[in-house]
Amino acid sequence: MITVNASPEAAYTRWRDFERLPTFMYHLESVRADGDGRTHWVAKAPAGTTVEWDAEITDDVPGMLIAWRSLDGASVDNSGAVRFSPAPAGRGTEINVEIRYSPPGGAVGALVAKLFGEEPNQQISDALRRFKQLLETGEIARSDGSPLGTRTQNQVHQHDALPLDDGEAVAATPEVKP
Amino acid sequence: MKANCWMGANRVEVRDVPDPKILNRRDAIVRITSTAICGSDLHLYDGYVPTMEKGDILGHEFMGEVVEVGPGAASKLSVGDRVVVPFPIACGACLACERGLYSVCENTNPNAAMAEKFFGSATAGVFGYSHLTGGYAGGQAQYARVPFADVGPLKIESDLTDDQVLFLSDILPTGYMGAEMCDIRPGDIVAVWGAGPVGQFAVVSALLLGAEKVIAIDRFPNRLEMICRNTACEVINYEECDVREALRDLTGGRGPDACIDAVGLEAHHGSGPIQAYDRVKQATQVETDRPHALRQAITSCRNGGIVSVVGVYGGMVDKFPMGSVMNRSLTIRSGQCHVHKYMRPLLEHIESGRLDPTFIITHRLDLADAASAYETFKHKEDECVKVVLNPFP
Repeated sequence: MITVNASPEAAYTRWRDFERLPTFMYHLESVRADGDGRTHWVAKAPAGTTVEWDAEITDDVPGMLIAWRSLDGASVDNSGAVRFSPAPAGRGTEINVEIRYSPPGGAVGALVAKLFGEEPNQQISDALRRFKQLLETGEIARSDGSPLGTRTQNQVHQHDALPLDDGEAVAATPEVKP
Repeated sequence: MKANCWMGANRVEVRDVPDPKILNRRDAIVRITSTAICGSDLHLYDGYVPTMEKGDILGHEFMGEVVEVGPGAASKLSVGDRVVVPFPIACGACLACERGLYSVCENTNPNAAMAEKFFGSATAGVFGYSHLTGGYAGGQAQYARVPFADVGPLKIESDLTDDQVLFLSDILPTGYMGAEMCDIRPGDIVAVWGAGPVGQFAVVSALLLGAEKVIAIDRFPNRLEMICRNTACEVINYEECDVREALRDLTGGRGPDACIDAVGLEAHHGSGPIQAYDRVKQATQVETDRPHALRQAITSCRNGGIVSVVGVYGGMVDKFPMGSVMNRSLTIRSGQCHVHKYMRPLLEHIESGRLDPTFIITHRLDLADAASAYETFKHKEDECVKVVLNPFP
């Protein structure tokens, strides 16, 4: 859950732009919207591999709600919803994300962590922070220590707080597609 | 470029590092013309602030000339502009920034999750001040990358010298905010613990804001003499008398209406055993901070008064006199300075001649001499109060 200083409509519209989700959802490689309510998702997995699945929108209320579920054949069945609700007294929009994974047996968190390299809850909270930054400021805050921006899994392996060399700077910025 | 890097407790080294680059649209690169060492840099130097990495560039009080501007900041800044850079990095758009609480900006600390573990919620990003505040390279260097450059840097368009405006980056607004939080009313007496640069600027500011009387408390005669030379304040040397008694004598027996802690987590205590007690607890990490000044500020304050804390604390304090706070209706106010809010009004005070912060400078050295400058400043050798470094001698 996070509160952004923007209207529910603005927050909804930015999130509903599925093909731009990878800008702040770092575990995604790409999302393709097929225009019929169906989407094709490619997520990054460890060792340079990817996981792909198709999904359909199950509910879509402008300014309020986007819900989806994966279609048959996904390696990890998943479904989720993002809810946008106005915060009191014009204090922006509260955003709540729920994602449910239904892997074939086993502990959900462990399996998803194995797939994406991080816990689902951590993944969501990092993505929400970056979404807030994008919506409020137009960019993801990058420091020398965290050149890719907020990313919990990188917090213990920080780059030193000194400028990146040329190669590191290039590696840090390809995701900038505001 | 050359930059002053933290290399472990009590060790800094000027090293060759890559030049900073624009990473985001709203960034600018500043060629630094003056940069200072802050008392709070000593907390890093002494090793009391967690999450420092060997090699981190220090420094959060700097100014210079804009040499590159990202497209997102070009409406506010141009190459060649002369700017003072505030130490907190603020986005200007979140709820905290909208309310003027720039040092707790919600968007500029990429290591927010780390900071939440320490503080509960994250603070803004800060230049050169550990990875807990974002892991941003600092300004004790020849160049710095300044994020959200359309929000923070203050353009200096008059012919004021670097010395006159450099301290708008931190210590002058910090001292001013310490005084402002006291809600000074006519007749009020304000006591300030610590006559370092922030304490001295708090004294100046409290007088500017209309305090009847301001009392500075320290143990270093040169610092107390310095503030007496430059303002009309009273002083107490806590090694020569009982502070609470002295304060009662100066306040009609009631205690100061407001007390400012401009000391922070490495306070020194006049009583050997109490100093030793907290020093041992700090060394064994049972408590991270030594809060003598804060304890005394609380117990000295008059009933219903305000305790304003601008001295830096890092974590936990021990033996906190909460009973005194609660039963005597005290108000505690605190915060890392919301520098952005104060820069312009304080610049106007400087331009009009009501404020001249240059008196605080005792040492001018080249950036290359940063290691010896830290030692001199830490041990207050040679009556050192404030060091300004020149990155391009």
